Amino acid sequence: MQVLRTRGDGFVWLAAPALLYLGLLYALPLALLLFKSLSAGGQFPSWAGYAEFFGDAFHLNILWRTVRVALLTTALALLLAYPTAFVLARARGAMQTLILIAMVLPLAVGVVVKTFAWSILFRSDGLLNKTLIGLGLVDDPVRMLFTEPALIIAAANVFLPFMVLPIYAVVRQLDHRLVEAAATLGATPLHGFVRVVLPLTLPGVVAGAAFVFSMAVSMYVIPSLIVGERSQTLAMLIARSYLFLRDEQLGSSMSAVLLAIAVTVVLGSSALLRRLAGGRR
Amino acid sequence: MTAIERLARAASWVIAFAVVLFLLGPLVVTVVVSFTSSSIYTLPPPEWSLRWYQALARKTGLADAVWLSVQIAVLSTVVALVLGTMAAIAVVRGRFAGREAIATFAVSPLMMPGLVVGVALLQGFRGAGLRDAWLSLLLAHVVVTLPFIVRTLLAALEQFDFTQIDAARTLGLSYPQAVLKVLAPGLAPAFLTSGLFAFLASMDNYPISIFLTDARHKTLPIKMLQYLEEQPDPTLAAISTGLILLALLALAVGSRSVGLNRMVQ
Repeated sequence: MQVLRTRGDGFVWLAAPALLYLGLLYALPLALLLFKSLSAGGQFPSWAGYAEFFGDAFHLNILWRTVRVALLTTALALLLAYPTAFVLARARGAMQTLILIAMVLPLAVGVVVKTFAWSILFRSDGLLNKTLIGLGLVDDPVRMLFTEPALIIAAANVFLPFMVLPIYAVVRQLDHRLVEAAATLGATPLHGFVRVVLPLTLPGVVAGAAFVFSMAVSMYVIPSLIVGERSQTLAMLIARSYLFLRDEQLGSSMSAVLLAIAVTVVLGSSALLRRLAGGRR
Repeated sequence: MTAIERLARAASWVIAFAVVLFLLGPLVVTVVVSFTSSSIYTLPPPEWSLRWYQALARKTGLADAVWLSVQIAVLSTVVALVLGTMAAIAVVRGRFAGREAIATFAVSPLMMPGLVVGVALLQGFRGAGLRDAWLSLLLAHVVVTLPFIVRTLLAALEQFDFTQIDAARTLGLSYPQAVLKVLAPGLAPAFLTSGLFAFLASMDNYPISIFLTDARHKTLPIKMLQYLEEQPDPTLAAISTGLILLALLALAVGSRSVGLNRMVQ
């Protein structure tokens, strides 16, 4: 074991360039940003930036809206992704190819193109409104652009593949004999699902939900095009404070808040995943 | 199968079909709109026309933006492939403490708010006296592309049977030869898929680039949003159709050589 350890230690140097790169061009700038958010007028530590942010109902409102939209986006994506992952795991041939293309092509296309497409679809003379009127569901065009439901639908659309793929990865590994065994032992389908299938697929759900939430909470392009300045999100406010208002104190404090949310999600989800993996062993 | 199971299964299929429509619909709409003769986004188009493709030539700065984005995406992907592969080998093969932490750290930029990373880099570059927009963009985009490489290569290396290298050495190859002839081909699918997604992520990046561009260096997504604000006509649909074509091409290459199912792993 000792021999293995000394010989294996050489591998650490292979990781050094990437670590140095990310250390200098990712971790250090973020640390400096945090430092900046905690200093005001040459003083450190100072909570002035945070006091400015948390002391203003306007900002708190935006923070709440940002978190709410991210949560609802995650929920909608999960609702659509969970059954789809099972169908994808069971599908063969052309159906499997079709679903896989539907997952991978949008991933490869990029956010700007997809958001642009939704801004066309949501127009009051757009396809969605025409369809609704054609079906007789509404008499007059519904205002969709600039509304929160439109934002959630567009965001769920953009992030959906990131929810389906991790769930698909665990569903593929699922041992169907376990489900059959549960049935043989007298479990009802619902009971078998809740006690066997759901716990086994939970790691995929946690991974997907963490990924989608962390992207949704910090999205910028989608809300800028779908809801615009009228109902801002935290990321839009950060961009504004740097690019237009030149209020770097407030900007860095808000960046730190957003960063804290993302770091919490990353660390929380990986701790949860470790616990889920440990519980099965 | 009980009635409940059949119902659940049928519902799953309906949802899956809806999801396919939901995901592909917006792309189809974009392509259709790009061939309209009208200057507004009426669907279906009153008449078919290529006028918005002809209009592409008149868009100032479009060619420059495409060229800049391609340069940055290719170079940042190449740098990330080198750095990321080395790091992934270290994590999978090494025996030192903190390997899992290194893996989490190297993949973490994927989940960090891009805008915040962009702001932090802007201030960092300013503090270091770096004023060159091109170099700033390249340095920043490696942070975007690296997680894609590390994530995929970690998975590929976990699957790789390293005794093959020992076998090749027993058969008389030197260590570098064995790595080149056995490990590199074994990892080729991972290089291809991770490289493709890294390239496309860099091409698409907006929130980091927005802080690092200057008047002469605007990447394609930034230019696209600018066009959209200045003159929201279907030219943007024509540009988007080009990007969808590029994505289809990447997908075709990937599924030909690796298979769609392995691309998503």
